[in-house]
Amino acid sequence: MPSSIAIIDYGMANLRSVQKAFEHEGFAAQIISRPEQVESFDKIVLPGVGAFKDAVATLRSTCLDQPILQHVRQGKPFLGICLGLQMLFDKGFEDGEHDGLGVLAGRCIRFDVDRTMGLKVPHMGWNQLDKKADSPLFGGLADRPNVYFVHSYHVVPDDPSIIATTTDYGRSFVSSIWRDNVVATQFHPEKSQSVGLKILQNFARW
Amino acid sequence: MLTKRIIPCLDVDRGRVVKGVKFFDHVDAGDPVAQAQRYQEQGADELVFYDISASHEGRRIMADLVRQVVEQIFMPLTVGGGIRTLEDATRLIQAGVEKVSLNSAAVQRPDLIAEVAGKFGTCATVLGLDANRVMIDGKEHWRVFINGGRVDTGIEVMKWVEQAQSLGAGEIVLNVMNADGTTSGYDLPMTAAVSSAVDVPVVASGGAGSPQHMLDVLTDGKADAALAASIFHFGHYTVGQVKDFLANHGVMVRRD
Repeated sequence: MPSSIAIIDYGMANLRSVQKAFEHEGFAAQIISRPEQVESFDKIVLPGVGAFKDAVATLRSTCLDQPILQHVRQGKPFLGICLGLQMLFDKGFEDGEHDGLGVLAGRCIRFDVDRTMGLKVPHMGWNQLDKKADSPLFGGLADRPNVYFVHSYHVVPDDPSIIATTTDYGRSFVSSIWRDNVVATQFHPEKSQSVGLKILQNFARW
Repeated sequence: MLTKRIIPCLDVDRGRVVKGVKFFDHVDAGDPVAQAQRYQEQGADELVFYDISASHEGRRIMADLVRQVVEQIFMPLTVGGGIRTLEDATRLIQAGVEKVSLNSAAVQRPDLIAEVAGKFGTCATVLGLDANRVMIDGKEHWRVFINGGRVDTGIEVMKWVEQAQSLGAGEIVLNVMNADGTTSGYDLPMTAAVSSAVDVPVVASGGAGSPQHMLDVLTDGKADAALAASIFHFGHYTVGQVKDFLANHGVMVRRD
């Protein structure tokens, strides 16, 4: 029997594109918003848009944070996307300093790019992944695939061994991580056409 | 390295594409879903739907249309045109667009930018801007126009883009009207000036008639992305052909 996948809905974002991407690859995924639903799934996906502080606060006020942390502690597969990656860390520095979920040691900081090189913030568009570890997400992909990013903040892990890919934007930043059962991407696989669909398929099969 | 984006723009009137491509294989030129799929296959980096109906009915149809399109395509989508309130923006984002492009309503009430950015983040908040060169007492001014380019607001372009950025716009689509529809090239000096003045990405719009024009605006024009309509719609070039041309001239584009 295939593993069951849940997409965590905690507010405003449209999660249909993530769900549809799994369906396109032949996997059912359910959008859930109640804390008691989380434990019955084998795999969860935590997407995210908007501000770090608001997203963490919403996860807490909807009581979704504890079941998500429990899922991670149980060693079940977890995929974070964009803010769903950033919130895993100890601290976020968007609009002041705020506590994250604290699954991973490190922080989330704003891009400090060189304007004289013509670099803009948000980092918006298609950029390449440079593999640093054989993350379960990236099997079967071409070398340095292009994926879609849209973000102004990026994570800085304390432990460099969890870095799965980096991406160059003036200097290199962490574009995905992998630690045990936890994978997470700064980019949007659900918006990254065939490359992104393959990544979601890899997660579904993991 | 971040690639330069090529963005086809589809004008939509009450759910139908106006000036759609008449593809050889009889794809319905008015069907937004079919057109979006074709541009995805060609390697477009994003798509923009521009609602030219700008009526209450048109806005409702657009949200329905977005829901259909996100069932079929896995690439970023922006909707512009006729977004007057936070509720309009919310309806579209909940339907599945990544970004909403605010235009005339933001000029009339700049706080709309802050409201949308406050709720959905700067990454989802685009300022769309119709600009034109006007001569006043022998001196050239770059002015912001509204209502489909019919009304000169008297607002200076450079002042407006900086204000919009400070209010929370995360991207600026600069449509220069004297170039728009002429297919004689983008307005390079104005695009370069805007792109240099702001920290957020700038999408050039208006005037693309050839791959050379797109090359020019992505290099000399300092644009981060190039939006075009007729060059693709009339089937003169595919997105892939434009990207091949750009790559051959040293511009980083996505081709996988």
